[in-house]
Order: sequence, then C-alpha cells, then structure tokens
Amino acid sequence: MNDMTRLERKVDQKTIKISARDVQVFYGETHAIKDVSVDILDNTVTAFIGPSGCGKSTFLRCLNRMNDTIDICRVEGKIEMDGADIYAKRVDPVQLRAQVGMVFQKPNPFPKSIYDNVAYGPRIHGLASNKAELDEIVEKALRRGAIWDEVKDRLDEPGTGLSGGQQQRLCIARAVATAPEVLLMDEPCSALDPIATAQVEELIDELRRDYSVVIVTHSMQQAARVSQKTAFFHLGNLVEYGDTGDIFTNPEDPRTESYITGRIG
Amino acid sequence: MTDMQAERGDTSATLRINWSDPAIGARLARRKRRQFWLKGLGLAAISVAFAMLFILVGSLLSTGYQAFRQTHVAMEVRLDPAHIRADNPARGNFRAIVGEAVANLFPEIEDRADLRSATGIVSNGAQFIIRDRVVENPDLIGQTIRVEVPVSDNYDQLAKGLLDRDTPEEHRRLKDDEIARFDQLAEAGLISKPLNTALLTNADSRFPELAGLKGALLGSFYALMTCFLLAFPVGIGAAIYLEEFAPKNRISDLIEININNLAAVPSVVFGLLALAVFLGWFGLPRSAPFVGGMTLALMTLPTIIIATRAALKAVPPSIREAALGVGASRQQVVFGHVLPLAMPGILTGTIIGLAQALGETAPLLLIGMNAFITSAPETPFSSATALPTQIFIWADSPERGFVSRTSAAILVLLGFLIAMNALAIFLRSKFERKW
Repeated sequence: MNDMTRLERKVDQKTIKISARDVQVFYGETHAIKDVSVDILDNTVTAFIGPSGCGKSTFLRCLNRMNDTIDICRVEGKIEMDGADIYAKRVDPVQLRAQVGMVFQKPNPFPKSIYDNVAYGPRIHGLASNKAELDEIVEKALRRGAIWDEVKDRLDEPGTGLSGGQQQRLCIARAVATAPEVLLMDEPCSALDPIATAQVEELIDELRRDYSVVIVTHSMQQAARVSQKTAFFHLGNLVEYGDTGDIFTNPEDPRTESYITGRIG
Repeated sequence: MTDMQAERGDTSATLRINWSDPAIGARLARRKRRQFWLKGLGLAAISVAFAMLFILVGSLLSTGYQAFRQTHVAMEVRLDPAHIRADNPARGNFRAIVGEAVANLFPEIEDRADLRSATGIVSNGAQFIIRDRVVENPDLIGQTIRVEVPVSDNYDQLAKGLLDRDTPEEHRRLKDDEIARFDQLAEAGLISKPLNTALLTNADSRFPELAGLKGALLGSFYALMTCFLLAFPVGIGAAIYLEEFAPKNRISDLIEININNLAAVPSVVFGLLALAVFLGWFGLPRSAPFVGGMTLALMTLPTIIIATRAALKAVPPSIREAALGVGASRQQVVFGHVLPLAMPGILTGTIIGLAQALGETAPLLLIGMNAFITSAPETPFSSATALPTQIFIWADSPERGFVSRTSAAILVLLGFLIAMNALAIFLRSKFERKW
C-alpha cells in the first residue's frame, strides 16, 4: 500500500473547531452513540472509520443537527463550535446547516439547473443582494468544487445530467456556496468510480485550506490517503482517535488493530 | 466438508446428479405444465374481461347510435299575424300555427279528428322552435318560412325501423292510417334524419325527441368544479401536514386509519350526510350542483389525500436531505423541492378521483339532483341534474325514444371518463421522475 507514504504528513493545526463532550444519541430505545468526546481541528481532514452500523454517520449528523429531522432521535451531551454550544436553544438548526455544510453518500443534486443548484443556498439565506453578486458566489463555489471548467458553458442545464463524479463535485460546490466553516462528508465517494474518487479526494485535500473537513468513509485506504486525523468507531463507542499515521501504523487499542488488519468489519 | 466425508469413509466426495434420470424429466415436465396452465388462466382472465368490455360498449353503441340522429319533417309555416302579437312576439298561438302548417301538408284531410292525429306527427316542441325563430327575428311575422322540426317519438321510431310494421294494428303504437300519412310525407321527400344536435344543446324534456344533455353536462361541470376547488386544496393541505409536519404518534395513526376507511365508505352514506347537514342544517338549495359538488368533494377528499401522501412519500429522501443540508427550513424543503416533484402524482390521483366523482350517482340522488328540470342551470346554485342522474332518469322513462338516448348519454359519460383518464396518463408520462 504505497498510499502509506502520505501518512507522514504532520498535523500542523492546533485550533479546535468543534469539540464534542460525552455525546449520547438514542434512536428510540437504541443507544446508538455512547459517550463520544472528540476535538475536531480547523483546516484538517478528520476521517471517521469503523464497521457498518458503528455510529460514525450518526455522529457526523449530530455536527450539523441533521438528526433533528428524525423524530425518534435524541441527542445528549455537549457539542461546541468555536466555543458556542450548537444545541443551545437560541441556535437555529437552519442557520447552523449553512455554516456546517454537508455532502452525502449518493450525489443528490436538485432536479434543477446547475446554476440553481449552487445558487439555492445563497438565495434562501439572502447572501447576495443582486444577480451579479449571486453570479460571483456561484462561480466561486463551482471553482472551489473543481468543476467550473467543466460546466461554465452549460450552467442552465440540469444538474442531474452530469456524470456521477461531476454530480458529487457539484454537491460539494453547493455545500461551499453558503460559506460554511466546516464540511461534513458522509461517504462521499462510495457511489463513484475510481477516477471520480481520485478527483474528489484531491479536492478534499484542497478544501482543507479553508475548511475543517470531516469525512466518514468505509475505505481505510481513503482515510489513509486524505485525512490527517482519524477516529475509529466501534458499536457506538469512539475507540481510538489520533493522527492518521499513528492509527494505521501503531494502533493502541486491539479493536482498532483488528479492524485495520481486516479481522472485524 | 469433503474432509469430513472422507473421514466417515464416504467415497462420493462431490454430489453428482444424474440429469437423465426419468424422475427428473417428469418433474421438469410437471413444472412446464404448471407454467403453461398459469399463462393460460391469465390469458383467459384477460379475454373474459375484454369480452365483457366489448359486450358493454357494443350494446351501448348498437342501441345508442340511433340517438345521434333525429327524424325531422320540413314544413311551410305561415306566421299569421292574427296568431302573434307584434308588440310581444313571444306571446302567440304557435300551436295553431303548427296546426295550420300540418293541415297544409295534408290538404285532403277534412275530418278534425284525423287532422289532430296528423298533427301528432310533429313534435310537441315544434311550436317552441317556431316561437324562438320569431322572437329572434320579429320581421318574419306575416311571412311564410320553411322549417324543419323534429317528429314525435313514435314516428321517429318508425323512421328508424324500431317500430315493427308487421305487428297487428291493435298492438302497435301507430295505427295503419298514421303510418300511411307518415309514408306519404316520406315519399314527398319531406322527412330527413340530420345529426341530433339537440342531444347536446337541449335540456331535459318529457318528449324524447326534444330531450338533451345540456342541463346534465352543465350540472356535472359545475359540480366537478366545486368538487375540485374544495377537495384539491384541502386534500393537498391535509396530506402535506400529515406526511411532512405531523408528529408520528397514536393520534396521527388514528387519523390515517380513518382516512383510509373513509375512502371505502359507500357513496350513498355521503349522500345521506349531505342531505342531513347541507340541506337539513345549512338549508342549502336542493338539486343544486354546488351542493352536489360539496358532497362529491367529501367523497373525493380521501382519494386525493391518499394519492398525495403516496406521491410525497415517493420523492426520494436524498432530495430532502440535500435541501436540509444547505439550510432550507422544513417549509422550504416541502414547497421548493418535494411538492414540485410530487405534483404529477398528485394531479394523476386528483384526476382519477374526479373521474370517480363524475360517475357517482347515489349521493346526487339523495340531494335531489335527479329532479326533472327542463332548463339548463344558469349558476351552480340553480337546480340541475348531472350526467349519471340524467342517465338514471332516462333509464326510468317509459317512452321508447329514451332507450337509445340512455345509451347515448352513457356513451357521452364514458367519453368524458376516458378523456379524463387519458389526461391523467398523459400527465404521468410527461412529468416522468426526473431524479
């Protein structure tokens, strides 16, 4: 696995962007997340890995309060972004989700034009006061999503007509259009072919300059390739959290080692 | 596995199947036979259904086509100023004018009784047709005009060959001399059978040759409009609330079960409810298409709610998540993304619900939309019939001419139903899912 060479990257950031303390998540009676405490750094790609059903996606969805949309879901504990509790009463989840963008497993562009896909977020949050400003936001976002050159001549064509990889980069552009500080990605490459995956991974690495990126992934190679920090979840517990290089080469917990070497999963 | 078998001393390590074994061949034949029978039964079921449809439409067409033509007789009518008041042309003795015109057709008849019998050839409505011509153009008074008026029902039946001339005279509805007089007119070339436009432009009448569907068509139109305007917004609103906003608990479960049950309630029950509430308590007018529409809306509402909820559910959750993920509020998600995508399904469901309402008879009977009304409704609040109740009335009428008119009215109703369902299919295919 020559990807391992990239593990030598050092985490050069020390600013904590999101800090979670003793987070519990319940789906009805099921205790899905147990006592998870983790500090997510700014300008860093943090990977959540773990076997299916371990709660990594559930925890990710706590960070922008997407779990609020599920009736039976209950979140306890404290999650702070820049020191402010995101579950406080005065925080509106609608605004929080503009600050904490999300990219989903399956590319899910709206059945609208490419332009409208990206412009939707800025429009509903009133980020542009006129058409020229909106055009600028859309162009910036599409450039940020590394898809501008491919779509600049056909902005009024439907976003659903793009290829899978292009659709996913369009979704990333849509997420960055509302100027978020954190980007959450829930297995963003699991529906893509290897070439599209490579493009998106490259983009993730670039996005690190401006955002704190959290990525849930099934592929350990991907975690190794793109992340600086890795958190390993197992049965709702955060088993181990540390620099990606350490987790993959020198795990402390036997469960982490079994997972990485393929004995559980 | 093989190791263990080897340990037990089993020499046949792998399972070998003898495909040429006759038992296997027999089993295969049995499987094929079963499949053959299943296909055959399916085909038979479809054939039976088609045959039934064919018989239904065939019998309707074979009796109904007669109603699309109406026998007319041409007459020279002298608009005698002695019979019409020039200051008010609508008032006048047009009956006498028709009598004189018929007398002119048969100059040889002397006997007053024979003359009266001869006048019976012409429809009772002829005097009104002539009156309307005069009212339209009072300058005609004093002139002689040529008009074609419908013949009365029995002669119409005779002209269409539905009245058997070989029946003994005492059992026949027209006597020999009456038939002879009609034949005399036919030989003179005065009898014609033009397209029966009156079927669509006239309202109901006691006389089949004058009866038409205009009142029923307008009544059904007003009722359906009322039904749509009430049931569509309320149904969609209820469905959106239940599907997107209502908490999922025992109360919402109860509501859902009751809506599903409501869709299965016999329509006559809705009619009774409307009779008690709309007419009894609110004192709304009887026989009014507006009230009919309200009743049909009660019936259509569950259909629309169920169809809308299904359409909303069919919108993939990924679209909702995408919108929520960029910070759209629940309301923005529903109205900006989910509802537009669900619209084709909602419209299809609504049109099918309305088509059902169009054919509904029982609730309209109970609120009096089966009254005998000879003028087309001017507003949704005037008395009217609807297509299905008109069919009901005509099917109940003893005059022979109503037999073919009933079939014709059913054909008109079926035509509208097919058109509405075609529209639903068109909408569904035009707005195929876009994600």
